[in-house]
Amino acid sequence: MSSELVFCIGLALLILAVAGFTIGVKEDFAAVVGFVVYGLLLSLAWMSLSSPDVALTEAAVGGGVTGALLLGACARLRTREKPAEGHRPGWINRGAALVLCAGISAGLAGVVLLLPDPAPTLAPPAREHLLATGLGNAVTAVLMAYRALDTLLEKVVLLLALVAVWSLAPDRFWGGRPAFGYRPEPGGPLIFLTRVLVPVGVVAGIYLFWVGADAPGGAFAGGAILAAMAILGFISGLSVVPAVNGFRLRFVLVAGVTVFIVAGLAGFAWASGFLAYPVGFAKPIILLIELAMIFSIGATLALLVAGPPGRSLKP
Amino acid sequence: MPEFLLAAAGFVLAMVALGLVRILRGPEDGDRMMAAQLLGTGGIAALLLAAGGGLPAAADVALTLALLAAFASMAFAKSGVSPEAYDEPKPGEKE
Amino acid sequence: MRLALDIFTIVAVSSGAFFFLAGTVGLLRFPDTLTRLHALTKADNLGLGLIMLGLLPHVAWPFVALKLVAVWVLALVASASASQLIARKVRGRRGS
Repeated sequence: MSSELVFCIGLALLILAVAGFTIGVKEDFAAVVGFVVYGLLLSLAWMSLSSPDVALTEAAVGGGVTGALLLGACARLRTREKPAEGHRPGWINRGAALVLCAGISAGLAGVVLLLPDPAPTLAPPAREHLLATGLGNAVTAVLMAYRALDTLLEKVVLLLALVAVWSLAPDRFWGGRPAFGYRPEPGGPLIFLTRVLVPVGVVAGIYLFWVGADAPGGAFAGGAILAAMAILGFISGLSVVPAVNGFRLRFVLVAGVTVFIVAGLAGFAWASGFLAYPVGFAKPIILLIELAMIFSIGATLALLVAGPPGRSLKP
Repeated sequence: MPEFLLAAAGFVLAMVALGLVRILRGPEDGDRMMAAQLLGTGGIAALLLAAGGGLPAAADVALTLALLAAFASMAFAKSGVSPEAYDEPKPGEKE
Repeated sequence: MRLALDIFTIVAVSSGAFFFLAGTVGLLRFPDTLTRLHALTKADNLGLGLIMLGLLPHVAWPFVALKLVAVWVLALVASASASQLIARKVRGRRGS
């Protein structure tokens, strides 16, 4: 048994154990910690499958932003709701859930393990056409050139999710500032750490976007890191969440999708259809779209964590 | 050499697993907050050893992991306080 | 030259792994949250630094090597501050 196989099996067992802990533990904070640990370990698993792009996004979104989102939810629940006094589901419900989950897991395992030996894959044709797009990273080419429509629709869905979160605010707070922030402690370790980490994080996020054209990276991972840095600013009290009806904020939020749609419509003019790129100019257009998207994604994810408006903004 | 590095990666991963057992079991919230730190150091070490200098993107993933483990530590440490505890208006803004 | 670099890597990675072991033993055996935090932060970061040192001869020079060193410095600074933060939170709850 090669040591690589032992490493992979050990990592898989550890991930399963952490997942079991996360589901089974009774306190909510412990479950969120387990979830973040699970996300970071999954990032390791993606790396051992030689997928650095997915590992980056998993670490940034699963470990960072979603963890902060869940922590905010826990904190809000703690102050507002009594522990729910529900009754535990009966044996029939739990037995049915067990059978269904086991069936789905067995089905997935069967599909993966019973694949024919050279497994059917689209990777070779994807790499063949890289030269035409001018990019060096096949994942970015898939996201921004071959399946650009899917990426555009995903970003629209993100914006819709943000609008849905905002709509949870009571009427009198609509347009106000999300109630997410803490009093800054001057000279505390949080302020120091924010001042050190945020510049590094912003540079790392933009660097990941830039390098994503030819090496693992890309706009979504970079945007998620920017969101984490913004949330850090809110948590430390060094910056205040902007009001949701601010013009600049809304401009940044829609800039990504707008640039994407404009580039798509321009495809009718300079190439063969919606979201088609002219030969030789694909890479600059893709980079321009991603540049607008990285700030939109960062702002959207940070505001999703900040939550609905909770304070009135008197003119 | 690659075998040695991979064995070291497995060892570090085993140490992380043992540490996680102790940390996640810890009866208080303070114990569990250390999980982000444990993964921030042990996870990066295991990652770099398993890549063994072969995958050039491993350094970028290590950077991302370091940033996010620090971010997670801070989010955990500030998690007990309800977010609405900040009620001081900015200077010049009337509530 | 190759042999010397390989021996350097083996020595550095082994001592790094030893410090990880020491940190984990501390985690498992120390009686108190704060002492466990201390063991985790100090020993694991030193272990990470030694492992990083051991991997330097194997990566592309200079950019990737400098990036690795920068990652270690970032991890050090972040760990030191985060452990202070966690310690304050733990002590605050017990009424420092």
